Amino acid sequence: MIPISWYLIVAAALFCIGLFGVFVRKNAVGILMGVELMLNAVNINLIAFWHYHTQVMANPPQISALVYVAIVFIVAAAEVAVGLALVISAYRRRQTVVVDDMNLLKG
Amino acid sequence: MSGLQIIFILVAAVTLFSALMVVTVRRMMHAALWLVLALFGVAVMFATLQASFFAVIQVLVYIGAIAILIIFSIMLTQRVLETSGEQIIRNWWLPALVALVLFGLLASALSLWRGFGEQLVELPAGVENIPALGKALVDPAGYAIPFEVASVLLLAALIGAIYVAIDRKEKAK
Repeated sequence: MIPISWYLIVAAALFCIGLFGVFVRKNAVGILMGVELMLNAVNINLIAFWHYHTQVMANPPQISALVYVAIVFIVAAAEVAVGLALVISAYRRRQTVVVDDMNLLKG
Repeated sequence: MSGLQIIFILVAAVTLFSALMVVTVRRMMHAALWLVLALFGVAVMFATLQASFFAVIQVLVYIGAIAILIIFSIMLTQRVLETSGEQIIRNWWLPALVALVLFGLLASALSLWRGFGEQLVELPAGVENIPALGKALVDPAGYAIPFEVASVLLLAALIGAIYVAIDRKEKAK
């Protein structure tokens, strides 16, 4: 089978790519896509550790990690719904989705 | 090298490449399609970890709902589909440096863990205990409270999203 280190390294790389996307994208939707990549990296880590923990001790069934992954899914769905609603609302008022132009709160 | 390892390397390469395309490609619609490919790669990784339930949920929730929502909002927020101007900030090398340093830190911190070099063995069938997960989610001694809090969060987020996105000017007309 596959060493656990491969999963951890891939997840770390995916997280860093997502972070890079959050930093460099000008488009607000692009920033949300970067956040999605980061959340997926977290889920890979959680499932990999769940697998490792289950193979170390199979009884009783390990379900804490699965519950955690489910909650990450729920939070990701809530985050993207609110985020995209904000983007559409801002686009309607300012005719832009470029975050540099969204400076209404700037003093 | 076993067949599963070759599959994992292929899937990881496709996932990381499409993730890179998500953050660098010029047109947002293409970025969203690359995002679908990256999410699918993550689903395959869940399957290789024998978490088949979450592989299915990944396809249903991420690809079926979130990616479609992102594609819709890209179409709604682009009056002309051709994007004008640069899509990433001018001095992108600084975030790249930060991301590389963070990756180095993460990798070195993970390699200090004593289980880092261990092989994942194949679990016996049925060890991904979906009935136990379902029971634990509604068991007051288990995870009923986090589950209910998460569902209230989701409901509040959806109502808030409708409230934020609703067009009041059009209603007044």
